[in-house]
Amino acid sequence: MMWIFLLSDTFIFSCFLLSYMTARMSTTVPWPNPSEVFALTVAGKHIPLILIAIMTFILISSSGTMAMAVNFGYRRDRARTAALMLVTAAFGATFVGMQAFEWTKLIMEGVRPWGNPWGAAQFGSSFFMITGFHGTHVTIGVIFLIAIARKVWRGDFDVERRGFFTSRKGHYEIVEIMGLYWHFVDLVWVFIFAFFYLW
Amino acid sequence: MPGALATGATHAKGQQHPIKLYLVVWGWLFVLSTGSYLVDYFGLHGYLRWSLILLFMVLKAGLIVAVFMHMAWERLALAYAILLPPVLVLVFVAIMVFESEYTHLIRILSFAPAT
Repeated sequence: MMWIFLLSDTFIFSCFLLSYMTARMSTTVPWPNPSEVFALTVAGKHIPLILIAIMTFILISSSGTMAMAVNFGYRRDRARTAALMLVTAAFGATFVGMQAFEWTKLIMEGVRPWGNPWGAAQFGSSFFMITGFHGTHVTIGVIFLIAIARKVWRGDFDVERRGFFTSRKGHYEIVEIMGLYWHFVDLVWVFIFAFFYLW
Repeated sequence: MPGALATGATHAKGQQHPIKLYLVVWGWLFVLSTGSYLVDYFGLHGYLRWSLILLFMVLKAGLIVAVFMHMAWERLALAYAILLPPVLVLVFVAIMVFESEYTHLIRILSFAPAT
């Protein structure tokens, strides 16, 4: 079922990226240069796109820890699975925090969904829609990671304790399902990074 | 030892891979991300930039789906069912490329600022 959900989510993000492509290709006003827009000045040095690069590495690292959490889940290693899931959640929360910082910075600089100081007005609407939707996915993922890590830690899946909402028996399979969702969020970021920030 | 073998078999059900595999893929993802960042850092332009960005993107996506999401070890039917529909989105992309070029042309012809 998670695969079916991910497929439908793929279409949602495809539509966002497609509408962004259409807006960018059809506008007669120059598109703002993302390399400059997302540049940061660190210790007096002007580095292009550095925050986005760090966010990319953080999300990839979270995917790595999640993959290992799934692996330990199959080995029924409760402590390591829960710990790695919490590390993943921490990476995810860091990512969302940096995204909040980035949004704040851009809003302070005058980027709005209906306009910005550097060029095509569609830049703001595309940016807020695409990164906002992705950030929402990461946030939901962090919440579920913490919830499932708690269940793993408590040993719910060893005693097949019934779920609070569903009353169905818990299994370690949920760790793999959680992993699928999390890797998908990372996967979407790969495409956003390529098409929105690097293009 | 048949008992031990049996439990080993039940535990081995699903995805059992050495941790090293994930670390190697993780390392490659870092390398590829650094590569795509350097494309921007050195300000490459034109077809070289686009082909490099797309190459790194496809390799990263492939690694994540194949290894992290375990698609490489799934049934072929699932792989086709999940991977084929997103590929067909490319048709939609092609349609929208024509559409936006048309819109762009009309905007230039009819809505150009008065000179």
